[in-house]
This record gives sequence, structure tokens and C-alpha cells, in this order.
Amino acid sequence: MSVPTNLKYSKSHEWVKPEADGTVTVGITHHAQELLGDMVFVELPEVGRKLKQKEECAVAESVKAAADVYSPISGEVIAVNSPLVDEPGKINEDAFSAWLFKMKPSNASELEGLLDAAAYTELVENEDH
Amino acid sequence: MPFIPHTEEDIAEMLASIGAKTIEELFDEIPKELVSGELTGVPPGLSEMEISRLMMERATTDGFYQNFIGAGAYEHHIPAAVWQITTRGEFYSSYTPYQAEASQGTLQLLYEYQTMMASLTGMDVSNASMYDGATALAEAALMAVRSHKTSRRILIPKTVHPIYRQVVRAIVSNQKIEVVELPFNTQSGQIEPGSLSEFANEEFAALVIPQPNFFGVLEQVDALTDWAHSKNAFAIGVVNPTALALLTPPGEWGSKGADIAVGEGQPLGIPLSSGGPYFGFMACKNELVRQMPGRIIGRTTDLDNKEGFVLTLQAREQHIRRSKATSNICTNQGLMVTAATIFMSLVGPEGLRRIAAQSHANTLELVEQLEKINGVKRTFSGPVFHEAALTLSAPVAGVLSKLKQKGMLGGLDLQGYYPELGNALLVCATETKIAADLQNYAGALKQVLS
Repeated sequence: MSVPTNLKYSKSHEWVKPEADGTVTVGITHHAQELLGDMVFVELPEVGRKLKQKEECAVAESVKAAADVYSPISGEVIAVNSPLVDEPGKINEDAFSAWLFKMKPSNASELEGLLDAAAYTELVENEDH
Repeated sequence: MPFIPHTEEDIAEMLASIGAKTIEELFDEIPKELVSGELTGVPPGLSEMEISRLMMERATTDGFYQNFIGAGAYEHHIPAAVWQITTRGEFYSSYTPYQAEASQGTLQLLYEYQTMMASLTGMDVSNASMYDGATALAEAALMAVRSHKTSRRILIPKTVHPIYRQVVRAIVSNQKIEVVELPFNTQSGQIEPGSLSEFANEEFAALVIPQPNFFGVLEQVDALTDWAHSKNAFAIGVVNPTALALLTPPGEWGSKGADIAVGEGQPLGIPLSSGGPYFGFMACKNELVRQMPGRIIGRTTDLDNKEGFVLTLQAREQHIRRSKATSNICTNQGLMVTAATIFMSLVGPEGLRRIAAQSHANTLELVEQLEKINGVKRTFSGPVFHEAALTLSAPVAGVLSKLKQKGMLGGLDLQGYYPELGNALLVCATETKIAADLQNYAGALKQVLS
């Protein structure tokens, strides 16, 4: 699957979508779900929680592993994708539309430090070898 | 499949295959200063004949007493078939292996055990067991804190087993969890639900509710559970499995039921054996299952539609999640659980009810006889299950040593744990006692106190 160019990426395999209103939407990448396998559960952060960049904030659990999801940037959680808890398989179906949570960034410049699609693709390819 | 240790040849072959000369070489990466060297104080090996002679000698020094001590470990009749079946090689030597699904028999047994415990506690799901009752309570406290998210405080009544409280503190205090002790009513021997109002403005992750409590007294579990829920705290029941045959199960306490039920499994077919090995049990509501430590066995069907048993929800166990596992100290006590499952199968629900009812009746009868003795009165007014506290006119330690000379272990001296109760003695008479035993005890206590 191609890596969408309108998104930003963290080295820990989260994707970040900057929205028009200044907020961001966060999910895990297609590559991440592929490594984890069939998703059976997601644990989402509490709305209102203030996160630091790289802080553990969610858990993506598959039949073979429970992986931490790290906040790609600092900010406050303003919404979570609650329906995902009952249908975690949506992440396997389309990881880039099955978002986990939305944040209001507290330091927008952190977005600049994230990877673009090309850099993330390179990261994944290097990981595979 | 019997247990066969590696032979010298096996070891040599494995070392050759790895390319190491000695077993010690495998540990070369451990810095020399961390290696403990020779163990001192460990005697040299003994032959089977020598060791069996030594053990016989030691066993006889235990003596043969009539036992009236409960206090967390209970003497019950264990049908001979329980350990006859448990010690069959297929059960006795098998550990849940790391390719767990290869051992369908072990998994099926654990699955049946879970079903029995879930049914006994009235909860949705049980794990495959824990180390013992006290660590099961500590794990329940950790589980409540993980699930609660905002509070790291646990409210534990002083009517909970003192050693359980000690274990909980030992395990949770290094995780920045605060254990708050709740006093009890010294008249009734219960937690007074009214006394909880002093905590009206405080937040807790959980309230621990013992049933029966350490004094054998029944707590007002419905009011306590509802109070916990009204505070947005979890209700953790610490229960005696025998008592559950008669009492309302934790899953039905109050309007919503307790959230987690834990306890000591020893009364279900495990001998007292000087304090262990025993096993702990833990069951919870579905909503909390992903925070539950330990293994859970599930039933499923394979590609050919054949029924099979598998490890379920193991993604949070330590072999996968390492330091972030839900628990790094828990274990399932496979062999003890095997015995308990066979015990429950053999006695059945009705048998367990009769064991519970007879134990209750015997304790009431014993207390009634003892109360007639000058210098003995009941310490508490609250109703009891199969254990009761008595206040004596003389220091308990002296009384117990005189009873011991008469061939009986008269109960537990509460002085050390609860000095505020004065000369208080905790006695227990399970179904193993007959009318003559109770009269014998009453006669002996009368003599000692006169």
C-alpha cells in the first residue's frame, strides 16, 4: 500500500494529519498494523489528557502483541475514535482512515520535525532489510 | 509423560551443538563480581533412603493435634480420589508449556477450572489462577488502579487478613499507590457502612470488601459495593470459596455487583501442608478483562471445526509484553488448580454447599458450648460463617499452650495483629470436626480457664 503524501509520520509508526482548523488527527500506519497482525483491541487516551511528544498514550493490541502508541507531538487530546474499540479490525482494513484520536497541538513546530511520506517510506524499507 | 531430567549425554550433545564446552560457559556474559560463587550452608546431597528417614523424623515432630485454627487456611476433608487423580503423570509433571496449545488436556482442565470459578463467584471471567490469595488481592489492587486512571489510592478495611494487607502494601507501595486503612466497629466486628462518610470527599480507585472477614464475620457487602460504585471506585471482593456455596456471590453484590473477586483457593482440596503451596483465584467483569493479569484459556474451533482450547488474551503477558506486562510476579499454580478442579468436580455444587453448611453449623455449635464457660464471651455481635473471635479472661498465648498439651491447636491468638481486642482468640471448626471433638475442646478450655 502506498504511503499517503498528505500525512506526516513518526519514527514509531504513527501517522499525523494536520487539519484545516489547526488540530491534528493521529493513527497508526499500514506498516504498523501489518507488523502487529489481526487487531483485537485498542485502548484510547482520555479526552482532555495533555500529552508530551513521544509519551505512551494508547495501546494497539493484536492476537500476538500489545504495542504502545506514542504521541507524535505534544498537545491535548480533544476527541477519540470510540467506535474503533468495538471494531479494531478497521485498522487492518484501512489504517490511514481508522484514526485513534485528535489533538490540539501545544507546539506546532514539532510537526516540522516529523517525517514526510518519502522519508517514512525509506525508514520502513530500511527496517525490512 | 513422566518428568525426565537431562542426562549427561543430553547435556554434552546440546553443548556440542551450541559450541560451548561447559554449562558455566553459557553464563560468561555475567560480570564476575555478580556471580555468587559457592552456596554455603547447603548440606551435601542425601540418598533417597536418608532423605526419607530425615523427613519422617521431622514430620513426627509436628505432632498430631486436633486443629481449630482457620485464619486464612482451612482444614477440610479431601476425598482420596482428588490427589490420586492429580498425581497421575499426565497432570503431575506437566507445566503449561510455551507451546501451550500442544497440551490440550492441561488447557481443557484450566478452562473447566475457570468456568467453575466464574460460576462460584458470579463473575464473567476467571483467569487460570494466581500465586496465592494475598498476591491475588495485590494484583486486584493494581488492576483497579490501572483501570481507574485518576486515583492511585486503595481503601482496605482492617477486617481484611492482616497478612494480605502486608502483602498488598509490599507489592503496591513502590508503584506510588497509597493504601488507606479503614477501621471497623469493635462491637460488631464489621465495617460500619456509616463510617464511610468520613471519606465522602476523597477519591479511591477501589474499596476492598472481605466476605467473610478475617474474624469470620459477614460484612454488609451490598451497602459497601454500592458505596464504592457511588464514589466511582471499583469494588474488590476477597472471598472464601467454601462460603460462596452458601452466600451471595460477589458478582451479585449491591445493585451492580463487585468488579473483581479474589481469594485463597486452598479450601478447595489443597492440604494445609505447613502453609503451601496454595493458589489464588481471580475473577472479574468483562469490562476489566484486558487489565486482568495471568493467563486465560479460551475454547474455540479449528479449521476442521473441531473443538480446541487456546491461550486467550495473552498479548499482555510477560513473555510478549516484557516489563510492560499486566503482571511480572504472577503465576498460575497449575497443579493446585488441577486438584481444586477435581475436588470441585467430585463434591459438586451440592457437596460444596453441604461442606459449607456443616462447617458453619460446627462453628456455631462450638461457639455456643464455649460461651457457656466462665471467662469466655464472643468478641463480636456480627453473624459469622465458619470462624469466630472469642474474648477470654486470661492471656491467649498461655491458654493455647495448655490446650496444646491436651492435644489441640485451639485457634489463633489475635493479640499480635489486633492488640486493641485484648485477650481475643480466633476459632474455627470445619466439617472435619465431630460432636465429640467440639465437646472435647469445650471441656479442655473449661479446665484451662478454671
